[in-house]
Amino acid sequence: MSEPTPEDVELNVLLDAIYQRYHYDFRKYSEASLRRRVATALLHFRVASISRLQEKVLHEPRAFTELLGFLTVQVSDMFRDPTYFKSLREQVLPYLRTYPTFKVWVAGCSTGEEAWSMAILLAEEGLLDRSLIYATDINPEALRTAEEGVYALERFALFSANYQASGGKRSLSSWYHASSRAGLLDRSLKKHILFSDHSLATDSVFAEVELASCRNVLIYFDKDLQNRAVGLLRDSLRRKGFLGLGSKESLRFTAHSATFADFVPQDRIYQRL
Amino acid sequence: MTRPEAIVIGGSAGALEALTAILPALPATYPAPIALVLHVLSGKPSLLADLLAQRCALKVCEAMDKQPLEKGTLYVAPPDYHLLIERDRCCALSVDTPVHFSRPSIDVLFESAAEAYRAGLVGVLLTGGNEDGARGLERIGARGGATVVQDPSTAMVPYMPESALKRFTPTTVLAPADIGIYLAQLGGRP
Repeated sequence: MSEPTPEDVELNVLLDAIYQRYHYDFRKYSEASLRRRVATALLHFRVASISRLQEKVLHEPRAFTELLGFLTVQVSDMFRDPTYFKSLREQVLPYLRTYPTFKVWVAGCSTGEEAWSMAILLAEEGLLDRSLIYATDINPEALRTAEEGVYALERFALFSANYQASGGKRSLSSWYHASSRAGLLDRSLKKHILFSDHSLATDSVFAEVELASCRNVLIYFDKDLQNRAVGLLRDSLRRKGFLGLGSKESLRFTAHSATFADFVPQDRIYQRL
Repeated sequence: MTRPEAIVIGGSAGALEALTAILPALPATYPAPIALVLHVLSGKPSLLADLLAQRCALKVCEAMDKQPLEKGTLYVAPPDYHLLIERDRCCALSVDTPVHFSRPSIDVLFESAAEAYRAGLVGVLLTGGNEDGARGLERIGARGGATVVQDPSTAMVPYMPESALKRFTPTTVLAPADIGIYLAQLGGRP
């Protein structure tokens, strides 16, 4: 490997400063995406260098909150990868149904699209009343959006198409109230979703769950942090519990592949041994 | 330049035809990995990889997160994910905001690969109706890599290569068949 550039050094110093000052740990995030996100933030803050950005966020907590939005910008849709939700519906829920009550963890829920999708899925299968969904993220702003359950109306065309392809039993419109600009998800779903702050990088196990869904989160972590996060997910799952990953993620390159069995391989659903 | 360490290719409308003229020039033993971003409608992931596999001797796969890049292999960005190259020369995927309305975006691949491979990289920008890729190709040049732009007069939609030519002067401007020959010759160098 070549000598670090000034920007490499600046980035490391920024991440250390963020960790020491705000206890958010981005030091083991995968670099290529992180560098891109920081470059975008530089334009937004109109600062010429990462050092300048560091000075700003170190002294201005509000600037850090704003930066956090740039460092955690993954975008999801309701029922993204419809076959994943179809497999949950047809293959995983029949197992969960055998428990009197069960818990689901949507880890890295971002702005909540997947958590609400999960609630709809459970409601349609008659299981929502005996389940609890934990939806966690590190970005308080994203969590607020997630909790509101309000999305721009133009996004619902795609959401509906995904929902139908996932084996939805009604019309998605029966699950939200449309105003002129936005769709508000049904409040009855919300009683069963607990939105809270949790970091796969720095926090530990907080509950035992039967299903953990952590999709397109691990792709942002380097191999060490992936191993930590998958270990945490595994330790949170009860035996024979299920883990769902993003469609391009795999346990194959992690240290924990031996503690899971493939359950629905094409949809990246694993079962804890 | 000496033998390249990696090739990155990007294109949009008409690029599949251009690739059909480029890729057959490269042998299965090609000494560098190739990463590709093509703008396609999201939905059918593996089709593009399968299609290209039938038309060239390279090993073709859809890029997986953390997958190490190996020579003689063409890595295709999956639909609805950005493909990036890490400095440790592995693939990385992201679902960050689309760039130029595109995910995968050519700029995202090119800019990350430029940091990873610097002078060892060759970037190829093909036909398309979007300015994605122009900035990324310029970055490859700025980091010392070689830059190839499809001759706009041979492009089904010249906007993409023209956008690059407006920004900077690339190493070379070629028709698709000649891009294949150019890459094959670079691969044959010591």
